[in-house]
Order: sequence, then structure tokens, then C-alpha cells
Amino acid sequence: MTEVKKTAAGGAISRRTALKGLAAAGATGAGLGAMPGFVPYIQAQSSAPIKVGFQVHRTGIGAAYGRWYDRTTLAAADLINEMGGINGRPVEIVAEDDGTDPKRGAEVVEKFASQLGCDVGFGTLFSHVVMGSAPRAGELKLPYFVVSEGHHVASGALNRWTIQPGICDVKSQVLAMAPFVSKNLGKKATMIFPDYAFGHDHRDFFTAAMEAQGAEVIKHIAIPPTETSYSKYFPQIPRETEVLYHVMVGPGVLTFVKELGEFFGPSHPPIFGFLDSLEAVDLNSPGLEFLDGTYFWEGMPRYLQSDAPDPVKFYRDRVGVDDNGASASDPKDVSTFAHMFGCWETLFVMKKGMEAAGYQTTADRQKLIEAVEAMEEMPFGDEHPQGRKVFNGKTHQVFGPQYISKVEGGKLVVQAETTAEDSFYPDEVDYTTQSF
Amino acid sequence: MTGAAKPVGLHALVLAILLALHFVLPDYHHGVLARVLTLATFALGYNLMFGYTGLLSLGHALFFAAGLYGLGMPMQHLGWSAEVALPFGIAFAALLATGVGALALRTQGVAFMIVTLMFAQAGFLTLLYFNEFTRGDEGFVIAQEARSLFGISLADADARYIAALILFAVAMIATLILVRSPAGRVLVAIRENEERARMLGYDVARYKLLAIVASGAMCGAAGAAYGLLFGYVGATFASVQYSILPLLWVLLGGAGTVLGPLIGTAFMTYLIDLGSGLTDAYMLLAGAALVLLTLFAPAGLLGEVRKRWAGWLP
Amino acid sequence: MDFGPYLVFASLEGAVLAATLSLTALGLSLVFGVMRVVNVAHGEFFMLGAVAAWFVSALGGEALGLPAWAGFAAALVLAPAAVGALAWAADRAILARVGYDPERTIVATIGLLYILQQLTLMGYGPEARPVEPPFNARIALPWPEWGADGFAWTWPWGFGTTSYKLFVIVAAAALLMAVWAVLSRSRFGLIMRATQYDRETAQAFGIPVGKVYAWTFALGAALAAAAAVLIVPIQQAHYLMGGDPLLLSFIVVIIGGLGSLRGTVLAALLIGMSDGVISVFFSPTLAKILATLLVALVLVFRPQGLFGAKTA
Repeated sequence: MTEVKKTAAGGAISRRTALKGLAAAGATGAGLGAMPGFVPYIQAQSSAPIKVGFQVHRTGIGAAYGRWYDRTTLAAADLINEMGGINGRPVEIVAEDDGTDPKRGAEVVEKFASQLGCDVGFGTLFSHVVMGSAPRAGELKLPYFVVSEGHHVASGALNRWTIQPGICDVKSQVLAMAPFVSKNLGKKATMIFPDYAFGHDHRDFFTAAMEAQGAEVIKHIAIPPTETSYSKYFPQIPRETEVLYHVMVGPGVLTFVKELGEFFGPSHPPIFGFLDSLEAVDLNSPGLEFLDGTYFWEGMPRYLQSDAPDPVKFYRDRVGVDDNGASASDPKDVSTFAHMFGCWETLFVMKKGMEAAGYQTTADRQKLIEAVEAMEEMPFGDEHPQGRKVFNGKTHQVFGPQYISKVEGGKLVVQAETTAEDSFYPDEVDYTTQSF
Repeated sequence: MTGAAKPVGLHALVLAILLALHFVLPDYHHGVLARVLTLATFALGYNLMFGYTGLLSLGHALFFAAGLYGLGMPMQHLGWSAEVALPFGIAFAALLATGVGALALRTQGVAFMIVTLMFAQAGFLTLLYFNEFTRGDEGFVIAQEARSLFGISLADADARYIAALILFAVAMIATLILVRSPAGRVLVAIRENEERARMLGYDVARYKLLAIVASGAMCGAAGAAYGLLFGYVGATFASVQYSILPLLWVLLGGAGTVLGPLIGTAFMTYLIDLGSGLTDAYMLLAGAALVLLTLFAPAGLLGEVRKRWAGWLP
Repeated sequence: MDFGPYLVFASLEGAVLAATLSLTALGLSLVFGVMRVVNVAHGEFFMLGAVAAWFVSALGGEALGLPAWAGFAAALVLAPAAVGALAWAADRAILARVGYDPERTIVATIGLLYILQQLTLMGYGPEARPVEPPFNARIALPWPEWGADGFAWTWPWGFGTTSYKLFVIVAAAALLMAVWAVLSRSRFGLIMRATQYDRETAQAFGIPVGKVYAWTFALGAALAAAAAVLIVPIQQAHYLMGGDPLLLSFIVVIIGGLGSLRGTVLAALLIGMSDGVISVFFSPTLAKILATLLVALVLVFRPQGLFGAKTA
């Protein structure tokens, strides 16, 4: 390992000088400049677009989410460009599939930073991809705006370059739900969740939150992530259960909900679920009739509510979502409405941050992070249609409203809305004290 | 011995080219190649068992993950330094390979494939089950400050590349020495005709176990290095997909060739990377390429070269 | 739920899995036994069967206004036929050309797996889509109990099944009988078995081995597709659903012993039922770990499979 030092630091020819030499050769017509990925560094022109590297799940297990993250992101970028862009420059979305894989995710971040000349990285949803990519973003000093709802950012596991300003994390979502569940639905809860990190976050945070309310979780049922049929686990639900809490993700969720209905038949305890279970799934699918009368957490109401304010309608129109939360051009193409607003809002936060920082070139990346860290209040409006938000610059995490809806006649109707303050919890990290 | 001059010269040349590339590659490809070299070490380890000994395992993700977690867990939970955790990760993978080998080697052929697959699947599920410590599928990040060896930060692009190159060079030279040694020739003899090797008086079981332990250690080294160089430890690397990938890399490059794993890994990586720039359906391109290769280059890229022009390739 | 009903309940769930698994695994086993190749894309044929069932029933329901049962019945015929035809073409275009070499076939079918998955993602989309079952009445089951006042039937909470799940078990059993009849009674079955025993001799006797292989490959894929059509009203069609059936089928084929129809069915029963029953006793993920290790150890100590005779 000692020769590392020699080559890296004390060698006669360093990597930098060699690169410069070659770049010069390329510029003088040696042809190397024409190699893909070998573009000599060009200072961004004032009219050149700001490039947003968009890490999108187009293939792999996250593909259903990826499609709608894609549409929401493009809609927001179009709007920003209509509004005159950022600092007078248009925004260009540079999308690249990460296969919902942490290794490929890291490669894509490298590609954004080193080859495609992106100003920022953006848009990752699945938390293992965030975890796999964030270290590289930190090393490459690429501002990395994730839209993942994971607790990873606020837990302090990541770095100063990684930030989640457009979607609330799972811990705050769960904290905000516990009072409603314990007061209105029941004091003895049974939880069903997938046996991996996301499910365990729900288990830990909700159990603690229920206890803080004087209620309790009497049974945890962890379902193996490779499972495709669920009925055999339901007999473990204790008879005295007053409320059933479920959160499942992945392609098996419809089976899960259907089999739950078949297990209970006509009489079941009140049921509270996270809509993660049914994102991109039509509530009127065969077998889901039994959900009528059950409750769901929603990040943002999927069905257009009768009293919806204008910014909500504006957002729905721009993204191309009909009153039932499906694509305006194909009613069978149901959106991931409870999460995708995060892409829209994150892009507007980025815009604000770049404006505040006077962002011009990639040399201003650190200023951009500092500008976002300085943000606090984010008022409800076209830029934040999901609701008013409060950003915590220390933990790099945003807090906002959560919605509790009931299925009535095959539609989700909002019953209660919590505020950003309801979802606060003590800081677990202060990223602003970390070096860049 | 004149027979050794050509291969030794060739492999020295390859290492020299890889070192030269360090100075001239653009940033992006420099980073990609560092990853390719790390994963090619994984493929080299796989090749030792599959290419030279003829043992087709479908569970090598287990050994890669053993190195990855063997390094990552003590660093994360016990505060070990990388200097201690790295050899521990490799030793842990070798130990696991010994156990798996002792059991799995009682089977042959397809049963061997399934048994290795099952052990790897059990390993993957175990990582999920002990989520409290492993963070399951989400995995964990190894802090940047901890990722240094002897005072050199491996989060630095230059150091990372050189470290990956050293790792690969050590694994490649070890493979080269092994396959040219008498023990290596016994392994090939087992691949070609196990019965005959046994009748010649070789302790076939012992040699096979040797192959699986060496292979496990090499794959574990690649896994541990991956964690150290790229800072992420996650259960995805223990999933079936990462058992199939080394098989693909080796078959593409040429099973039973020393340089094949590197060529296969680089080929597949760039196929996906360049394909991804052209179309979302890059897996379609990858799939089509695999089918075409089996149709027209069944011995793998380097294997075809050896067959047609360069029979002396090791 | 009490222990007794729970055990029966879990076994019933296990039986549904066992039913579809035995069909899927039988397909793999035939290909493996006759052609001596491992078809890694077998799970994708299963997935295609489910996706085709969705297309047929959706088309039948929307375009032609057929009732759910008619759409389902059409899917049960058309989906396996279409998938079988695709497999036949894949055999002719790829497997025949690599000469059924074991290693090259593995790589080629991995390539095929990528291609089929990606094409399905592009043509069908990333969503999980349900197929409406032809009928699906919930059946509450009684449980015998000897209480203080003698014998009585009770109706434990949640103890029941659906008519469709029972249908899956019956339909899978009927299909298995049909396959068994074809293999043991028909001329095609005879030719297939002859090819399996000794390819060279079969060829010498004028059996067109190439054709037999293509039809075997098609039949294997069609069986997987049929299993998927049966299961898709319970689960949903999704482009990544092929992984699990492939793994499970592998296990079943090996445990059951190569090319043994009886062994395959018994092993499917064993795996399916134990999957249900073990979940009664252990926490779910731990149960999966134990079951996986158990399979591995069975193979280690009985490499010819539980039900297979020792073969060379």
C-alpha cells in the first residue's frame, strides 16, 4: 500500500498533469477531445442550461414509482422553464435509469458528476439506492437531493451533500399518525409490515409513538420480503386486536390486501394502512372491495377533494392527473400520488436555493447546500401544493402535513390533516457542523 | 523456461496498461475502471472454481457479501480500523467457504448448483433477519473518515484506483501462479475428468476444497474492498443476482482464462453503461448480447482468441 | 386462532402453493430430464403466462364483453399455447444452435430472461395487475370441538378459504393427471421417454430428437404458464414475478429426483406444505431461513433427491 502514496503524491508524473497534457493535445487537434466523456472542462455559459441529473427507477422493483416520478419531475421542470428558468438559465433534466440497484445507483451518480456535467443529482426513491449512492455523491461533492421518504438523511447516516427537502421521512409520518389511530380507531394495535429496513422503521417508530399516546402495539407480524402469499400469517393476529396497522410495498401488496379481506370476511377490526401498500394500484381492482371503510395515511390526497384549493388543482393539471389520481390520458394508469409531489417540491426548493446562492457554475455547489440549509418556512402554494412545510437545516429533512383518509365508495376521502409541527422529533444529527 | 515467457510478459503488459490508464483516463472512466477492477477480482475468484476446477456455483454472492459484511460490521459496530477489518473480512469469507465447501462438495453437478444457491439464499435472508445490526436491504454507509488504509484515504479517487489495481494484480498473479503450479494442473485435471484424476491417485476432495476456499477468500477480498472503496454495505450484494453476475462475467470473458474475468466484467459494465445512455431498454441489449455470444463465441471472448490464435494463453 | 385450526389453515394455504408449484416444477423437470439442460428462463415463462392471462381476460372483458369466467377459461387455453409457441421458437432459434450444451444453455437462457423481462416491462408496464377470478366465494370452515357439553362444531375466527383456492388445487391435480396420461400412454410420451433414456439410440431408431426437444421445451413452458394462469387471480401479474417460482421449482426438481414425475409432485407437496406449516412455528423470515437450509442439507446428504433412485 505504500506505493499508493508514491504514485498519488510523490510520483514524477501525477494524474492531473497527465490529464491536462492530454486535454491540451485533444484541444490541438489530436482527436482525443472527441472521445465520449472526454470533454475538456468548459465554463458554463450564462445561457447554458442548469443540468439536473435525475436518478430514476425505470427498471427493477421501483419501476412503477419511477414512471410517475419521471412525469412529475418533467412537469415541474417545464413550469420552471416557463417561469424563466433559474437565474435566467433553463433547467434540463438529465435522466438515467438506476435499475433500482445500489451499485448501479452509485455509478449513475458518478456519471452525473464526472461525465454528464450535471450541476446536481436528484430524485432517488428507494432507500437502498440512496444509501449506495450517497457516499459517492459526498466524495464527488455533488449536491444530492433525494425524494425517498426514508429516515436515512435525518438519522445522520449520510453526509452534508445529501438532502431531503421535498418529502417527509417515515419517522415523522408515523409520529403524526399515532394520535389519530389511538384516539379514533383503537388502543391495542397489531402491526403487519415487511421484514426489512423500511418495515422495521415503521415497527420501531409506531410502537414508540403509540406508547407515548398511552396505547400499545400488542403484536408485530413481520412478513419475509420474498413472500407472495400472506393468508398463512393472518391467524397470528390476536383476537383482542382493536386496530390493524399495515404497510407493505412491492408487487405483492394487492394480494396482501385481498387475502386480508378474505381472511376476515364480513367482520374485521378497524384497519389503518399506509398507502405505500396501494400506490399505482386502482382502489377499484377486484378483491379490494373490502377496503371500504378502512383508513389510510396519504402523503397527499390521491382523489380530488371537494374543497381542494387552487394550488392543488394547478399541480394536478400540470402533472396530468385526473380527479381519481390516474393519468389524464389513461384512467387505468394510476399514479403514485402520495409520494411523487416530492419531486415537484424538491425542484422548487432547488430553484430557490440556487437563486439565493446566486448559483452560476459547479463551483457554487457548496453555496447551494448552504442556501438550502438556511431555509425554514415553505408556505403552501403552487410550489408546495402538498402543504406548508418547515425545513430543518441541521438534519437536512423537511417536515409537513400528513393526511388521513377513509375509503368511501371506492374513493379516498380525507378525514384529518396533521401539521408539520405534529411530526417533529428531536434532531439526531447536525450536518451543518460537518465539513464539505 | 521459454513456455512461461509469453504469458508472463502478457500479464505484466496488462498490469502496466492498467497502471498507465490511471494517468490518462478521464475522471468518469477512471472511476468506472476502479469498480471494474474490484468486481473483476470477484470474477477471478469465481473463475478459480468454475473455470479451472469445473465447479459451477450459483451462490458466490455469499462469499462476496461475507467479505463485505465481515469488513463492514466490525467497522460499524465495534469501531475497528480498516487495517484490521480488511483481513478479518477475507478470513471470514474463507472460513465460510470452508464450511459451505465441506457440505456442498458432497454433491455434484446440478445438485451442487442448488446447494450453493440455497446456502447463499439463507445468507441473504439472515442479513434481512438481523436487520437490527445489518440494516437489512437498506444497508449502511461506512463513514468516509474510517475508509483509510495506513493513513491513505480510499475515498480519494487516485488512491481508490491504485488500491483496486493492487487488489486485482494480487488476485491475478495469485491465479497465474496457482494455475501454473502442480496443484493448479490437478484442478484442471479434475475439471476435465474427475474419475481419471482420482484414479491417478489425487485426493480429489481435498483439491476441490482447496479451490473453493481460495475462491471464497478471493471473492471475500473483492467484497471487503468494495465496502472500503465505495463506502456502502447492503444486502443487495448477497442476492441471487450477484451470484449470477460473476458467472456471466467469467463466461463472457472466457472461463478458465486468467484475463477473461477482467474482460468479461469490463465488457458487461460498459455494455450496460453505454446502453443505458442510448435506451432505457439496456437490459434488452445485454440479454441480446448474451444470446449472441453463446451462439457465436461460446468459449467467451478470450476463450475464442485462445482457441483460434493463441493456444498458449493460461 | 387456536393451534389446531391454524395448522389446518396453514396446510390449506400450503396446498395451493403446492398445486401450482408442482405444475411449474414439472415443466422444469421435463426439460431437465429429457434435454439435460437448465432453463434459467423458466420463471419468465411463468411470468409470461400470468401476463398473457391478464391480456386475454382484459381483452375478453372490455372488447368483447365476456363475463369473467369466460375470459378466464379463454386465458387458461390461450396463455399456455402462446407461451409454448414462444418457447418452441426459442428452442429452434437458440438452444438447438448451441447444441444443448449445458453451460452455454445457462448463459443463453439468462440472456433470454433479460430480454423477456425487459420486453414485458416495455409492453405491459411495471404495475402489478389483477385478473378477476371466475368465482371467489369465501367459505368459512367448521372445527370439531369437544367442550364441556360434548361434541360440537365451532367456527373459529378467520378459519376459512375461498372457492377459487379450492378450484386451483383441483384444476392443478387434473392437469397433472392429464400430463401423466400423455407421458405414460401416448406415442409422444413414449418417444419422449425413449429420448430421455438414451438420446443416441433413440436417434438410431429414427426418432427426430430435435423435434422432440422443441416440443418438450414448449410443453415445459406451457405447464409453467398454466400454473401462472391458475395463480394470477390470487396473486397479480408483474414483470418480476418469475424469480420465486424459478427458485422453488429448482428445489422441487432436485429434491424430487431428476425426471421423476411422481418425485416432482411429492416434492412440490412437501415444499409447499412445509412452507405453510413451518410458518406456524417460527417467525416468518426465520422459517424461510430454516426451510432453505433444510433443503440444502437434504441435498447434501441425499444427492439423488428424496424420491429419486440413484442414477449415474
